[in-house]
Amino acid sequence: MRDTRPSRRHVIIGAGAAAAAFAAPALAQAAPQVVVIGGGYAGATCARFLQREGVSVTLVEPSANYISCPFSNAVIAGLRDIAQQTFTYDAIAAQGVRIARQAATKIDRDAKRVTLADATTLPYDRLVLAPGIDMNFTALPGYDQAASEILPHAWKAGPQTLLLRQQLEAMDDGGTVVISAPANPFRCPPGPYERASLIAWYLKNHKPKSKLIILDAKDAFSKQGLFTAAWKEIYGDMIEWVGLSAGGKVVEVKPREKIFVTEFGEHRADVGNVIPPQRAGRIAIDSGIADQTGWCPIDPVTFEARAQAGVHVIGDAAVAGGMPKSAFAANAQAKACAQAVAVMLRGAQAPEPKLINTCYSLVTPDYGISVAGVYAPAKGLLTDIPNAGGVSPAKAPASVRAAEASYAEGWYKTITTEVFG
Amino acid sequence: MRKIRTVTTTIGGALTALLFVSAGQAQSLRDAPPGASSCLGCHGAQPTSLPALSNLSASDIENAMEQYRSGAREATLMNRIAKGFTPEESKAIAAWLSAKK
Repeated sequence: MRDTRPSRRHVIIGAGAAAAAFAAPALAQAAPQVVVIGGGYAGATCARFLQREGVSVTLVEPSANYISCPFSNAVIAGLRDIAQQTFTYDAIAAQGVRIARQAATKIDRDAKRVTLADATTLPYDRLVLAPGIDMNFTALPGYDQAASEILPHAWKAGPQTLLLRQQLEAMDDGGTVVISAPANPFRCPPGPYERASLIAWYLKNHKPKSKLIILDAKDAFSKQGLFTAAWKEIYGDMIEWVGLSAGGKVVEVKPREKIFVTEFGEHRADVGNVIPPQRAGRIAIDSGIADQTGWCPIDPVTFEARAQAGVHVIGDAAVAGGMPKSAFAANAQAKACAQAVAVMLRGAQAPEPKLINTCYSLVTPDYGISVAGVYAPAKGLLTDIPNAGGVSPAKAPASVRAAEASYAEGWYKTITTEVFG
Repeated sequence: MRKIRTVTTTIGGALTALLFVSAGQAQSLRDAPPGASSCLGCHGAQPTSLPALSNLSASDIENAMEQYRSGAREATLMNRIAKGFTPEESKAIAAWLSAKK
């Protein structure tokens, strides 16, 4: 019989879980074990909902706090404090989810065991991988970890977010901000354009002679019509977008000189933001769950990795068909996955899910736009339901834009309460 | 066939609601019909600028979804989402959501 407890108790900090295990040892041994790797919108949600299904859950997450990417563009623009982005795992632990505050370093797919940084091993009946993204520091010449200290990516919220904000605050009026946006797929498809909008808001109010250039590795982007029209209306000529076919693709950066090299020429930035190519979090790559694209193909009903039965992948790391890599999608997938895992642990077949995505973007603090979609399994992928979803109307009164900005705040409050509250 | 499944889901939702009320815990996903758990991303236990749905009846939610689908009721976003669900799916979702408190 396999030992279902972690090999070292001291790594486990969920006090409630420990108490439960002592109170009912027989039950604790009988309960199926699920390990969830990654405590973001996907992993934390999945762990909580699985625990409520009577599953014994260990959440593997090295960070003491989670710093949320949604709304972090408002932090960059000085509209919001990073404290509003920061959440603890206390409520999740109190609920009875065990939390291993370490990085997962290895997955033994045959023995069904996860190894942590201190060599502790966690056996599992089913594994949920929610490792999010890693910046691909080998994909763009000149852009590595050290370069990100000069040209921040700010694509994981935290010190990088604050670094970009500080650089904007230190920039002289009349400076040039350059944002490099990657090719698809990447985390938060409308994110670079919301960021451009809110940085322009900051510049317009504090440094109005400045300019912002977006160098883009693609010719089309999320909510493009809405962003482009709003930029013109609100920011005039301040924002210049250069698409792929106009030479927007950045092929090299020179961090010391803050130079962005494109196929057509060079742009020197006073403040440079490189949103680099990305891939699934390292554990997904190292364990062979991701394929050669760097992302993890999944079954759209069970969220099981195509590479390995019994290992489920949710959130940004997954290839979720039509669903974008968004916090809303990660949270929706996590709940559908928790349902599937709970059903499968009882020996039954997972039901066909249906999922929703909604992404709000702010063009100004009072001007919100959205994209939505509804998805169901078709041809092996999570596929858009035709004639549903889409973006906010092209023409709408200011009251509608203000309402959507306010709904964005409401969404953030609701979802972060569900995930961390 | 579809009708039977809907009725089963509805009864399941009602039973879960009873369990929930007695246990004081969040509702189980076990009986969640397709799409229902996604709704909670915006509509939680407490209202924000977005409404909580738990104090609405199943028929209130079902009717709203129908009106969003037909365009009879204006919305910024729910009209786009409602079109992704059939009347039967909306009915099952409404029953499950209204059972949450």
